[in-house]
Amino acid sequence: MTTTGLTYLFVGLSFTLYIGIAVWSRAKNTKDFYVAGGHVPPVLNGMATAADWMSAASFISMAGIIAFAGYDGSVYLMGWTGGYVLLALLLAPYLRKFGQFTVPDFVGERYYSRLARVVAVVCLLIVSFTYVAGQMRGVGIVFSRFLEVDINTGVFIGMGIVFLYAVLGGMKSITYTQVAQYCVLIFAYMVPAIFISLMVTGHVLPQTGLGATLVDGSGQTVLERLNGTLTELGFGAYTDGSKSTIDVLAITAALMIGTAGLPHVIVRFFTVPKVSDARRSAGWALVFIAILYTSAPGVAAFARLNFIDTVQNTAYSEMPAWFRNWEDIGLTAWTDKNQDGRLQYSAGNPFEGERPVFTDQRGENGERLIANAPTGNTNEIYVDRDIMVLANPEIANLPDWVIALVAAGGLAAALSTAAGLLLVISTSISHDLLKKTFFSRLSEKQELLAARISAAFAVAVAGYFGINPPGFVAQVVAFAFGLAAASIFPALFMGIFIKSMNREGAIAGMLAGMIFTFGYIVYFKFMAPELNNAAHWLFGISPEGIGVIGMILNISVALVVVRMTAPPPEHIKELVQNIRLPSVR
Amino acid sequence: MKSDDVGKKYWRANILLVVKLLVVWFLVSFGAGILFVDGLNQFHLFGFPLGFWFAQQGSIFVFVILIFIYISAMQKLERRLGISDEDDPDSYDEKAENLNEGHDS
Repeated sequence: MTTTGLTYLFVGLSFTLYIGIAVWSRAKNTKDFYVAGGHVPPVLNGMATAADWMSAASFISMAGIIAFAGYDGSVYLMGWTGGYVLLALLLAPYLRKFGQFTVPDFVGERYYSRLARVVAVVCLLIVSFTYVAGQMRGVGIVFSRFLEVDINTGVFIGMGIVFLYAVLGGMKSITYTQVAQYCVLIFAYMVPAIFISLMVTGHVLPQTGLGATLVDGSGQTVLERLNGTLTELGFGAYTDGSKSTIDVLAITAALMIGTAGLPHVIVRFFTVPKVSDARRSAGWALVFIAILYTSAPGVAAFARLNFIDTVQNTAYSEMPAWFRNWEDIGLTAWTDKNQDGRLQYSAGNPFEGERPVFTDQRGENGERLIANAPTGNTNEIYVDRDIMVLANPEIANLPDWVIALVAAGGLAAALSTAAGLLLVISTSISHDLLKKTFFSRLSEKQELLAARISAAFAVAVAGYFGINPPGFVAQVVAFAFGLAAASIFPALFMGIFIKSMNREGAIAGMLAGMIFTFGYIVYFKFMAPELNNAAHWLFGISPEGIGVIGMILNISVALVVVRMTAPPPEHIKELVQNIRLPSVR
Repeated sequence: MKSDDVGKKYWRANILLVVKLLVVWFLVSFGAGILFVDGLNQFHLFGFPLGFWFAQQGSIFVFVILIFIYISAMQKLERRLGISDEDDPDSYDEKAENLNEGHDS
């Protein structure tokens, strides 16, 4: 069977499984739809949370980013896992004890204010829509490369699948589908990781393989070889960073706090039966996430080594097929600067501009010609970092079925996250905006219908962004984490730990944090991108890390305002006292 | 009155535990992985420079351990004070409805 045939088989089987589970576990009432009835066992909820959390970015992009950034990639590893410690210790048990359906529910009730609820909904919508656009794009890339269909067709198929289980099944279907998707994605990630680790170091586990000695008899360790090779080619050493310490601190903190403030993750802890289960399921979620996240650095280092070994000084005519396949869809490019017909790789951009602009012609070696002006350095190769995980099995010459498996895994990662996001979007519209803010007379049945219609609407918007991706998808990821850190996290944290925090303080804090962070990112990313460098940043903190300053601003403003306004009513203080204790009584 | 005392005791013990765990959380990631990374890289653990290992793997292992210490310590504390929810039935329904009633009226 060909790779494409195998890929169709694996993807088809996994999709059938997801749809089967969705039909079997579809929602019957709003509680099923919003929180899966509140009956999900903690270990399964941990798995579902892990699939919900690990998106196309974790599965497809992260190891690629680390492969090319080395130590600098650590901010994602620590940032996207450390947030679970904050979630488990500071939020999950209390939000579960509070026991309603959504994050704006908590904000609205705790701060006894419709305005607070609406502000929380606005933050939630911006965060979630930003995030979901990237997922649909990931689905499109996998489809176009491995199933050889048009990117748009790929997005439509993805939309159809998500529509089926998010709209019909709600949280209940999503939860059990995500459990299956976790199994698919972790298997698909670990099989090539183990294969490659064995090939490069003889170690089964990529975790220990990263520190091991190479099997080529040189006696060098993986990291020594990488540092040596990269320095020779003009890059910085793999284990050294290039960013300032303050910026690395800020980015890591913003990603951690942002993770703990992401609504689609938080809402997963509403689905377990008890407070102690919420704590346990946060622990299990991190275990399941850590399996992938501690393998990623190994995958990244092996990929970078294999990549350099494969391309360096190889004649284009002898390059393996993967290079040309990715070149065909524009994610790799080669410009033969020294006219020797061979690929040379070193530090620096191969040509002017961020991305290659292809002409319709082929060069004398058969490569796609590009219109960009070449730069003065010796580097001839452009490679998009997003392809490293997907191309890794091909670069390492693994069997066809592994390549097909990786495609199915990438789709599982993207679809599970997209479904989780679409659910919080539709819930916040049907429950928080319609039922709780504008039409309090909505019956249970009408609310469920409204939830389904808004899920359908959200799928359509997400699909639109997948087909017409805003050129800035990668840049706006900073929005999602920064805003979650600056608006949602502090509101929840203060609501639990500061009993005297009142409506005025919380709303003022959320607005201050949100407007500051939003403004800072928009200014440096869109209004004045030419000023986007350390010399112009506040305290030397890049837009990616500014959410942490937004959070500090939020809490400071809230603490000042609370001193000047009336304290919260007695029944709110009792509510806070109540959510602090685990037992029902 | 008595239940108030239990609540206060519980909350104080909880805050103390959380602060301790977060100090470790901060030290392994922001400390070992970022602030002291260059110093620690002078030392090696198997084939890893130590600071680099903390930044890319070690901190994640510690995060997992921290959450499980928290789970078991809280469980013990709650049992000791008699406020554990372990023996509660599936408590979602009544509680959510109670809250709803309180709010709608």
